Amino acid sequence: MSDWPFSPEHEELRRSIRAFVTSELAPHADDWEAAGDFPDEVFGRLGELGFLGLAYPEEYGGGGGDYLCQIVLAEEMARCRSGGVAMAVAVQTDMAVPPIFKFGTEEQRKRYLVPALAGEKIFCLGISEPDAGSDVAAIKTTAKRVDGGFIVNGRKTFITNGRRAHAMTLVAKTDSNEAHHGISLFLVDTDAEGYEVVRTLDKVGMHTSDTAEITFSDMFVPSKNLLGKEGEGFYNISWELQGERLVGAAGAIAGARLTFEAALEYAQTRTAFGKPIGKHQALRHALADLATDVTAAQQLVYAAAERVNRGEYPVREISMAKLLTGEVAWRVADKALQIFGGYGYAMEVPIQRAWRDARLIRIGGGTDEVMREIVGRMEGF
Amino acid sequence: MDYGLFSPEHDELRRSVRDFVTKELQPHATEWERAGEFPKELFARAGELGFFGMKFPAELGGSGPDFIADAVVTEEFTLCGSGGLAASFGAHKDLASLYLYNFGSPEQQQRWLVPAIAGELVGALGVTEPDAGSDVAAITTSAVRDGDDWIINGSKMFITNGSWADFVIVAAKSRPDAGHEGITLFVVDRGAASAGPQDKNGAASAGPQDKNGLPGFESRRIPTLGWRTGQTGELSFADVRVGDDCRLGEEGSGFYAIMRNFAWERIVMALAQVAGAQRTYELGRDYAQDRQAFGRPVAKFQVWRHRFADLATRIEAGRALTYLALRRFTGDDNPIREAAMAKLYTSELAFQVADECVQIHGGYGYVTEFPAERAWRDARLGPIGGGTSEIMRDLIGKTYGL
Repeated sequence: MSDWPFSPEHEELRRSIRAFVTSELAPHADDWEAAGDFPDEVFGRLGELGFLGLAYPEEYGGGGGDYLCQIVLAEEMARCRSGGVAMAVAVQTDMAVPPIFKFGTEEQRKRYLVPALAGEKIFCLGISEPDAGSDVAAIKTTAKRVDGGFIVNGRKTFITNGRRAHAMTLVAKTDSNEAHHGISLFLVDTDAEGYEVVRTLDKVGMHTSDTAEITFSDMFVPSKNLLGKEGEGFYNISWELQGERLVGAAGAIAGARLTFEAALEYAQTRTAFGKPIGKHQALRHALADLATDVTAAQQLVYAAAERVNRGEYPVREISMAKLLTGEVAWRVADKALQIFGGYGYAMEVPIQRAWRDARLIRIGGGTDEVMREIVGRMEGF
Repeated sequence: MDYGLFSPEHDELRRSVRDFVTKELQPHATEWERAGEFPKELFARAGELGFFGMKFPAELGGSGPDFIADAVVTEEFTLCGSGGLAASFGAHKDLASLYLYNFGSPEQQQRWLVPAIAGELVGALGVTEPDAGSDVAAITTSAVRDGDDWIINGSKMFITNGSWADFVIVAAKSRPDAGHEGITLFVVDRGAASAGPQDKNGAASAGPQDKNGLPGFESRRIPTLGWRTGQTGELSFADVRVGDDCRLGEEGSGFYAIMRNFAWERIVMALAQVAGAQRTYELGRDYAQDRQAFGRPVAKFQVWRHRFADLATRIEAGRALTYLALRRFTGDDNPIREAAMAKLYTSELAFQVADECVQIHGGYGYVTEFPAERAWRDARLGPIGGGTSEIMRDLIGKTYGL
């Protein structure tokens, strides 16, 4: 049985990803969280299983599936119980790499896309800077044309996979006199001279993610690594952000459903005043609201994803899905923590992790406020 | 197919219902709201156009069964600008008519359903009582067997179409001690001379009244905050005698029949709430784009941009949730949980949208010359009617074993 918009093939894929995630990732989540890291081999294993290239053509090592496969992957990765691991994989599959296929030359696809799908090259995405996030036109990293290529100078921050990455999809200014038209994309090898990981950032959640700050000092990037046309980077990265936000939304709400289920199970078993706490009306109603909010937000994700799958470019619905899932995921996590009472506040119970991890969704990939700005403007406000 | 539901034929149907609604209903909505009633002949007009027959097969005068087409009709009726009118049509087609289709004998369907689909008879459903709403087992209206007949005593409350319905499907206790098993449904036919409308104060406004109708059956129009054209009525039965041929379904099966219909009722309510919320949202947006303050349109202030972005987002989510319930329903499921979720989410949302619509209108939101306050009053019924939000949450919680 498969529910719209998924086919029986999607459900089969779901089962195989779930089997992998629950047997090879989830059992290590606590250790990885404690260590604040997870092994790079996870990428290799995902590549080997074909999960990094589900929706790419087979000639590049992809699975030849449709876009909904990416949604299935994002949903099932949420079961790994470590937000940082799921986010690292999503950066690879749906953020840093899609522009290579979409805008790259055949040669770039061979050099970067093929190893990315195989899990041999780990990617990060360099957009945010200390002083520019969603306002991409305000970035200061420059790429000046020189003989045979570009010289890049600048600083990027909040870069997921920033320490472990072999390559970066970089956003830089190629024309400082232009705003939106002065931005270009590059493929950068992280072992290039002048590329330096300055530090990794300590964060409230997403502990297994190697979020890094990176500087470029007179780093040379050859012309053949310009990704897409010079000056079109702003528009190309705007395209990338749609995929980023939609899988982010899909993963967020799938995670919220798991958190809801954990709270529900606890509410059914923990007793107080002679009955399970979930049978007290206030919690029964609270859980009913959470279930309703999760279901509504998840259906909104599916409605947007199904449009993408049909070849549409539904910026409005994607932005809505990103906004709503982030809010719902956070509300669910906070209510779940409340339902767990003292255990919710204890570090040995995983609810606090879900709570810390969920808080990022309202910030990363464009804040709630940026999403409202996009939706509101599209609505004529 | 959008949302896995709508075909090009459904889109075509949508255009034709919208054509009717915008040409024949919307222009008169304000006038009808002021009068507290709309012409009863509109039932015949909508019936003539086939809009009550989507769920029913051709042999009964319908064009279905196609519940998705019916959903389209519900969404479009909502745009008429008078919540009571839409509710009145809804109570007729989704309560009274659907009960007859699901539980009526062929003879009963010929007698009441065929004319109901044609819009020649107007139906209502009488379950709620002054002291019993969602707690259906607590009703006290009684039906006592007397030879071949039944004698009905009791009263019904908040019955949409109640004050002018030609027939009412009444839930009564045929075995007062049997709890859920003791409830039986009856079609109470008011008789040919019964069906005059009453004005908003309950006075007869036109046509013959109950005096020549079914002895012992009286109705009173109840003034309501919103839904002012809905002919909301209180019904009383004093030794009302009906034949056994008016019994709908087996004796004792009423409670289960009522429960069985709930999923669809909640889905149509949710469909109407989403369509209504969308309309109210657009009302607020259009005003805000037009109205100037401090040198620019009100819509261009960031606080309104963000508040309406939130509303637009929730409307899309409510729509997606409602269509999930509709897909499950048409997929031969009885989606109790999803229908309750959709009704809960969308009715609370629709009122929130209406409240913001009033707010963005400023002073004009508070005056009755503008449509915002009517939308707001009409939307307030959503979280009450068809099972309150509290009942929905209880029900959803119970589906999770809580």
